[in-house]
Amino acid sequence: MPRLTRRRWVQILSTVVLNPIVPNYFTGTIVQAQSKGICVPVLNCYSCPAAIGACPIGSLQHAVASIRFRLSTGEFQAGLYVLGSLGVVGSLVGRFPCGWLCPFGLLQEVLHKIPGPKLRLPRILKYLKYIILALTVFILPALVLNAAGFGDTWFCKWICPAGTLEAGLPLVAADADIRSMVGLLFVWKVALLVAFVLWMIVSLRPFCRTICPLGAILGLFNKISLLRLTVDHRRCLSCGSCSRACPVDLDVPTQPNSPECIRCLKCIKACDAGCIGYRFSPHGPAAEADRPVEQEAAAAGSPPDGPRRRPG
Amino acid sequence: MLRVLAVMRRYVPLVSLVVFVAFIVAGLSLDEFRAVVVNAITICLSCIGIG
Repeated sequence: MPRLTRRRWVQILSTVVLNPIVPNYFTGTIVQAQSKGICVPVLNCYSCPAAIGACPIGSLQHAVASIRFRLSTGEFQAGLYVLGSLGVVGSLVGRFPCGWLCPFGLLQEVLHKIPGPKLRLPRILKYLKYIILALTVFILPALVLNAAGFGDTWFCKWICPAGTLEAGLPLVAADADIRSMVGLLFVWKVALLVAFVLWMIVSLRPFCRTICPLGAILGLFNKISLLRLTVDHRRCLSCGSCSRACPVDLDVPTQPNSPECIRCLKCIKACDAGCIGYRFSPHGPAAEADRPVEQEAAAAGSPPDGPRRRPG
Repeated sequence: MLRVLAVMRRYVPLVSLVVFVAFIVAGLSLDEFRAVVVNAITICLSCIGIG
């Protein structure tokens, strides 16, 4: 049996802690506690029978979808609490929850261990998640309204495979009333889930890298978050082992705090020269250690001092 | 000027943190926590591909 890494244990623990009420899977009910008001920083459907927290993307869509109605009734609720929750997590650790806490991220990594042909993702696809975020989380829920003035949760309804896996399938299996309502939409969602599962087997974390609106939001904070990766370019051997270890195909030395980085910290472990590290500091992106040697040299007005190779 | 901008950039993480904490406080004062709870304790049929 393979030995699990510390990160894998944390992912498993996070999955269990966020979804502890397992008996609900058999009764087809969901948790009714006040803890459901806490937005967890991962894609964990709040309609999942075992979940004790709220999915921030679902909550954000509900807030956006009901904003016009609430304003018409004199309530000013604009999703500030949800945005604030995401912003605080992003400002503190960026996409760290993607790499260490997200149950759906764990599933993708486990599925990718199934042997078979493996494919790299085209880089252009990384922009798709920003389009999906803008369209399905903000624009369509805010603008396409029903007669009562409510919008729809477009991402959850039409795309989210986490919701289908964690909530849709268990509830359909456990509740006869819900089962009787299954229609073409559910067939579409299950087909999409199957497609994602197949994609996860051949590509590493395709959902996180191309679709996930939560990853898109948290990724925007990677460059400014208190938790930041640092690269000591003077010690870097340019051996490429960090980039080969990177699950999202980043060139780590030149883009350690890219919005794509899920902060799994595999690159730190892979670096024999020990030149990649992390720091949790209030000092922002002006840090010298993040900048490639060429940039440092340009800033200092002198050429880089020799090749980046380890002596001896 | 560039030095001033560089100094300001150093405080971006803290400013961002403070702004979003203020968002949370404002949201809580507008009773948004309850709104999230109400949504999260109801099975969202459209969210799971039923409705």
